[in-house]
Amino acid sequence: MQPREQLRQALTLDGAPALIAFITAGYPRPERFLQVLREVGAAADAVEIGVPFTDPMADGVTVQRASRTALQNGVSLSWIFSQLAARDFELSAPILLMSYLNPLFAFGFRRLAERAVETGVSGFIVPDLPFEECMPLKTELDAQGLALVQLVTPATPAERLRKLCAVSEGFVYAVTRTGITGGAESLPEDLADYLAAVKRASRLPVCAGFGVREPEQVRLIAEHADGVIVGSALLEALEAGQPPGEFLAALRP
Amino acid sequence: MTTMNHEALFQALLDGKLPDAEGRFGPFGGRYVPETLMPAINRLTEGVYRHLADDKFQRRLHEELTGWVGRPTALAKAPRLSKRWGVEVWLKREDLAHTGAHKINNTIGQALLAQALGATRVVAETGAGQHGVAAAAACARVGLPCTVYMGEVDIARQAPNVDRIVRLGAKVVPVTSGDRTLRAAINEAMRDWVADPDDTYYLLGSAVGPHPYPYLVRELQAVIGREAREQLMAHSGLPDAAFACVGGGSNAIGLFHGFLADRQVKLFGVEAGGRGQALGDHSATLAAGRPGILHGAHSMLLYDDDGQIQETHTIAAGLDYPGVGPEHSLLQLVGRVEYVTASDTEALDALEECCSLEGILPALESAHALAGAKRWAKANPDTRILIGISGRGDKDMPILDQYSASTSDVDGGTANAAA
Repeated sequence: MQPREQLRQALTLDGAPALIAFITAGYPRPERFLQVLREVGAAADAVEIGVPFTDPMADGVTVQRASRTALQNGVSLSWIFSQLAARDFELSAPILLMSYLNPLFAFGFRRLAERAVETGVSGFIVPDLPFEECMPLKTELDAQGLALVQLVTPATPAERLRKLCAVSEGFVYAVTRTGITGGAESLPEDLADYLAAVKRASRLPVCAGFGVREPEQVRLIAEHADGVIVGSALLEALEAGQPPGEFLAALRP
Repeated sequence: MTTMNHEALFQALLDGKLPDAEGRFGPFGGRYVPETLMPAINRLTEGVYRHLADDKFQRRLHEELTGWVGRPTALAKAPRLSKRWGVEVWLKREDLAHTGAHKINNTIGQALLAQALGATRVVAETGAGQHGVAAAAACARVGLPCTVYMGEVDIARQAPNVDRIVRLGAKVVPVTSGDRTLRAAINEAMRDWVADPDDTYYLLGSAVGPHPYPYLVRELQAVIGREAREQLMAHSGLPDAAFACVGGGSNAIGLFHGFLADRQVKLFGVEAGGRGQALGDHSATLAAGRPGILHGAHSMLLYDDDGQIQETHTIAAGLDYPGVGPEHSLLQLVGRVEYVTASDTEALDALEECCSLEGILPALESAHALAGAKRWAKANPDTRILIGISGRGDKDMPILDQYSASTSDVDGGTANAAA
């Protein structure tokens, strides 16, 4: 089975809402990366590993802080691949890499796709790569059966929403509000209508995130989507020394 | 497009076919922005092409450029510099434009556009503060609230401009993330824009960023080269060479566009060589970089083997940027413009020469253009050259004072050691 198909299935397994967990690679400590991955992977249905970048323009303060620390500690895309290759455990949760485009571009798209397959990565989320610019990367990922997950937002017009849902793979990432990752604001009031529109447009599971930090928010989103994505709040739990598995379990409705 | 040969690409540029419908200048350009911004980018692109082609908009812009900005700016012959360098030197005086730099050509155009597009607020980034001042002034002029993001490092080294921005009614938000200079300020302005793409207008200050900005800024700055060419033709004819400093490259693209078709005119972009050639010691993107993606565009860029963007250094805050406008990357690729560097020291020396010989205090950024021209003049005597003085140097007084102080400290130290 293609990696992207495994990703799709992992998010629709038992009909219960899926939980996707985001961690910045090697944060807070690089030497604990595989341990954190293992715990997070056991508690979530899919894991998004953030590749740190110097200029994370779509991210809020938490991911910025995690990115900067990880870079200072020597984390890079090559390092992430070598760690993944060296792990001595299997994860039932598929792994995605979330990266800004330049680290992927510098690595080389063909080599990236090959290395991703070798190290058990199922797909990519690239926040500064809109559909219009994605073909050079997508062509190489397609050749290896890897997913390029498209993001949609409340600002996405209806026709564009249909197009993005049609070309996404694995799942559709529904950004819950316009803005950057993290933040402590409440969910937008028209969330239900928005997610319903994305669901109607998509043949794939729809997973929603940006600023999710409370079990109540998870429950609310899960009513209208197939899955919930948690990032900044998990990083903050890791910073506070809370076991990530415990934190994620408490978020599940 | 990428398969077109260089001559065909350059011809396409001359024919007004670049950027193409995808916002590409050959292999460079594009729109690498978060999905949240794509609808706003598409609306902006449509609005830019519609309004720039509209006679009423152009008339309104022309009124502001003449009555408020003070255009045309002077083209000054520089007799004493000419004598010293052994060439005929002409200076295009953007330092005489309202608020003291070419930046105002762009901000008044974009402020009028923001108004026409129904924006309720404007955000901008600034490095040296010149774009921040120009954005604040233009927003006051059209009656739109303006927020300017400025790195902490730049706030410290360009203090006079911070006060001017505030005096002109804009809000300055210090940026404490990343490298705390221009690049971090752009990230922060983008984050602001992402939060409210419907009502916020992002007034980008250089010919960088996602399409349509490199096109929009070039069109608004092209007035520099258009005027300079007309003025030169009225005096002595085309120059043998023209020089402009390049950070993001807005004044340079504006100056160059007047002369692109005059192939006998050699064009030189002068980047900041800083204090040395190692990564992190300069901001010479075209001279030392490679293609990459930052701030919405595929262009030349300074980054390491892991794709991480490099810190830059230059004495000129307005050149302190690891990227460059995509059109410059194309002009370098096709060989129409040669990009060279001038070091901090060369720029300071050129600034001093321009002050003492011509009574003009240029911005440290513009001093790089002077330094590049001076070097070329030495090897090409009896030629005629045009230099873009992109802005005035009042804002640099704290840095210049510091530099003079440290120089005299060194002298003092030597004297003491000798004693």
